[in-house]
Parts: sequence; structure tokens; C-alpha cells
Amino acid sequence: MNKRSLFKNYLTHKYFFVMLLPVLVYYAIFHYAPMYGVLIAFQDYQFLKGVWGSPWVGLDNFRDLFGGLYFGQVLRNTLLINFYKLIFGFTAPILLAVLINEVSVKWFKKSVQTISYLPHFLSWVVLAGMVIEFLSPSRGPINMLLTWLGADAVFFMSEPGWFRSILVSTDIWRNIGFSSIIYLAAIAGINPEMYEASEVDGISRIQKIWYVTIPSIAPVIVIMLILNSGSIINDDFEQVFNLLNAKVMDVGEVLSTYTYTEGLLKMNYSYAAAVGLFKNVVALVLVLSANYIASRFSDDTIF
Amino acid sequence: MRHRRTTSDTVFLVFVYAFLGALSLASLLPLMQAITISLSPPEVVNSYGFHLIPTRFDFAGFERVIHYDTIWTAYGNTIVRTLLGTAITLVMTFLGAYPLSKRTLPNRKLWTGIVVLTMFFSGGMIPAYLLIKNIGIMNSIWALVLPGAVSAFMLLIVRNFIMALPESLEESAKIDGANDIVILFRIVLPLSLPIIATVGLYAGVGHWNAWFDSMIYIQDERKQVLQMILRKILLEGQDVSAESGSGVHAQAVNSETVKMAALVVSVLPILFVYPFLQKYFVKGTLMGSVKG
Repeated sequence: MNKRSLFKNYLTHKYFFVMLLPVLVYYAIFHYAPMYGVLIAFQDYQFLKGVWGSPWVGLDNFRDLFGGLYFGQVLRNTLLINFYKLIFGFTAPILLAVLINEVSVKWFKKSVQTISYLPHFLSWVVLAGMVIEFLSPSRGPINMLLTWLGADAVFFMSEPGWFRSILVSTDIWRNIGFSSIIYLAAIAGINPEMYEASEVDGISRIQKIWYVTIPSIAPVIVIMLILNSGSIINDDFEQVFNLLNAKVMDVGEVLSTYTYTEGLLKMNYSYAAAVGLFKNVVALVLVLSANYIASRFSDDTIF
Repeated sequence: MRHRRTTSDTVFLVFVYAFLGALSLASLLPLMQAITISLSPPEVVNSYGFHLIPTRFDFAGFERVIHYDTIWTAYGNTIVRTLLGTAITLVMTFLGAYPLSKRTLPNRKLWTGIVVLTMFFSGGMIPAYLLIKNIGIMNSIWALVLPGAVSAFMLLIVRNFIMALPESLEESAKIDGANDIVILFRIVLPLSLPIIATVGLYAGVGHWNAWFDSMIYIQDERKQVLQMILRKILLEGQDVSAESGSGVHAQAVNSETVKMAALVVSVLPILFVYPFLQKYFVKGTLMGSVKG
């Protein structure tokens, strides 16, 4: 198509393009301009001079980053926490969906679903407030049970040994119900003849789950795993930031909270931008490679 | 036709019901505890600790919260933000999705690509912060409603939804002499109501619960949103009585009661609308997941 006819084409569909234009402007300003701002990771950015005037320092910020003692610890925390979240947080909703599917009493099924979705709709500020109260050494039910049994109360929130487990379990608590929706939908799509045929063969309920349900929803599981693969380095800022306190910093500080303290509190813009860029690039590579690997084994990819 | 249950199946079913029951209870317990504490007098909170049903009712905590002006200003800010932000998101998402659903749009692939790319790469926290600072919307509501106005993911879901509408409807309207604008308002929009509701719900809940942008972009306390004030009370342990100033009253009410009362006040709107909205969320989530 030559330039003239393309122009004409736009003219014929001018209403469509006029509609699209504000959205494109929005993306240019709020998504592409910050991508350009990534350049400051290679600068010694000074706010008054801007991206145009600040001196270039090449890879200095990245050298500081990888050479720094603290960064290694933060990276380790991020990977560990998210690895556990991926193992437990990813399988939990699948398990829940499979179990809900076994329930034939309608009101019970509905109540379980409604109740388990609820925490997903509350903010991490609210949830953190509830978690801290729930785990309180004097008023929380767990500690009351412990003291009743004669054990010492545990200061869950300020005990480094417990902090990661709290992050992982509260993450599951918040998301298990809502994430199970997609698996429930997949299970609903299974051909009933498969179950009937297996019943003729006389297999038990557990065998049915293992040999019919799970294999049938495997494609959905693969897609969700691809979508989640970037999460091993993309931590949940809102959750960690609201639960973090000075006593558990060593085991709890993750890349995004580190970016926040370094960049916005200490105003090391360039250094923090380098941390952010590192995280985003790793996440991008992870998602693309997970997708590539999946495409080698099956048709279930996202693009 | 159901086959007879074996013993192992029965044992398994008992386990399923017990497990799901326990899980539901675990989902609710922390919320119930918060509500109970908010309604209890401090002596009960301190001496008995955890209990599900309030043994004695005391609304002192709520009274304190009600007289705390900052919460109401923040409540107002959150409501304004939620309404304005959701409206902007709905209009913008639709403005983007509708043309992109049209095969006749010139360079359609390019424009879609520009939107999709943002799902996989972003500048990150610091460049975004500097951008807001540079374009001068710091400390205003625009810094809260504009940056996240259109999500690429939602836009694609709406686009796919519109594409799935039968084309013959639009064609026959054209034959009847309707122009693009009439088609949009008389045919496409009414048919898209379910997906518009979904996007609106997600945006609305997102705005109601947001606090981080308010924390970094808003310096003026009178412009802060509710979650941010709640964060100060709940997690940073700021004393609410600083406002009322009277030390006598401050000692009379246990701060845990006040904290939980503030928490309950902030989640009340969600708790009220949640039972009605839940099924739309579920539907919307499924609509988005049909196609990758």
C-alpha cells in the first residue's frame, strides 16, 4: 500500500482513529515515556538537569548493584519468597477447585466459594491490619491456643524465622478462592462422558481426580504457569510493604521495597531505576522463555 | 446414574467437606475478629483476647473514629477518586477497544502491538514517579486516576468481547442508514454492557483499595485517600487522638478497638456490595480467560 492510499484509508476511517487517538496518547505519556526514563539507570540522574542534562555513567549503577552486599540479600529474599509462593500459591487454587468440584450439596458449594473469594476484594492495608491482629501474641487465636497448651506465645510478625511463611500463607489466604475460578471453569468444561466411562470401569473418586480431572485441565494449568513465571522475580509490593517491619528486614526486604527505599526515600534515582530495570528485564526473559518452552511441548501458549 | 459409594469414597468425601469447611472458616476468622474487637470495650479485648461473638457491646471505638475528621475527608477523597477514576477508565478502555476490534482500522496490528507491549515491559517505579513529577500533576487527583487509567489486559478483553458480537447486526443497521456513531450507541454499547460492568467493577474496587500512589504523589494530608489514613492508624501506629487533643478520652479507649473500628469503617462499603457484585466478577474473570 502506498502512502497516498494509506492516508485515504485513515480518512475513510477517521472516526475510528479519532476514538483511538486519546488512548494512544495515554499510552505514549504514561507507558512509553517511563520506558524512556529507564535511561536514567545509565546516568547519574539529577532532577534539575533531567534526562537530557544528566551525565552518563555507563554501567556504573549496575556495577554498584551487583557488587553491593545488600543487593545479594534482597535478590535472595525475592527469589526465595516467590519460589515458595509459586510452589504453594500456584497449586493451592487447583487443589481447591478440584475439591469444590467434588461437593454436590449446592448451598455448601456456593458458601465456600463466596467466602473464599472475599479476601481478594480487600486491600493489603486492611488485610495486613487483620493479619497482625490475628497473629498478635496476646489476643490472636493461634497464640491463645499455644499458651493454653502450655507453650510460649510466638511473636510471629517480628520473628525472622516466621516472616516468609507469613508472606506465603497470607498470599494464599488472599488469592486461593479467586484464582480457583478459572480452574473451576475448566473443570466445568470436561465432557461428562469421560466421568461416566470411568465409573463403568469402577474407579474411585480419588482415581477420577487423578486420571480424568487433572489431565483434562492440564492445558489451563500450563497457561497459568506461563503467565505466572515472571512472578518469581516480580514480588507483590503492596503485600510485603504493609507487613514488613524493622525486625524482619533481613529476610523480608524484596526488590520492589528496596527500589522504593533507595529511590523514593533516599532519592538515589539512578541506582533504584537500575534495580527496577534489572527486575523488569529478568521478568520479561522469564515469561518469554516459559512461553517458548511451552510451545515446544504443546499448543498451549499465550502468544 | 450414580454408582454405589465405596467406603474409601465416603472417607474421601468427609475429608473434602471438612477441609472446605475449615478453609472457609479460616478465610473469615480474621475479619470476624476485627469486627468483634471493634465492638468490644477495651477491658474485654485485653482480658479475654480472641472471641468470635462480642460478649459486651461498646461503640466507643466507632465514636472515636466518627469524630476523627481526617477519616471523613479521606473517605470523600476516595469516593471522588473511585467515581472519577472508574469513569475515565470506562470511557478510555472503550474508546481504545472499539476501533481496535474493527478489521477495517488502518494499521490495526501496529496499534494493537503498541498496547500489548506494555503488558510485558514497563519503566518501573522510579521513571513513573519522575514522570508524574515532571508533568506537574503531583499532589493532585490526576496523579491517582490517570497513570493506571487503561490496562492493556482489560482493553484486550473488551476488544475480544466486541469482536465476538455478530457482525450482521452492524451490517443490517448500516443498510438501514445508520452511521458509525448511531451504531456505536444504539447497538454496540447496549450489547457490551456485561463487559463494561466487569471493567467498571475491577476499576472501582482497584481505586477503593489503592494507597501507594496516594502515599508517593500526594503530600497534602487533606487530599489523601482513605486507605492511606487507615495505613497510618493501623500499621504506622499513629495516634488518632492527636486530632481531638484530649488525653482523658484517649486513655479511656483501647487503641486496638479504635484501629479495628477504622478498619471496619473502611471495608463496610465493600462488605455491603460484595454479595451483589461477586457473580459479575466471576463472570468477568471467565470472559477474560476464554481467549489468551
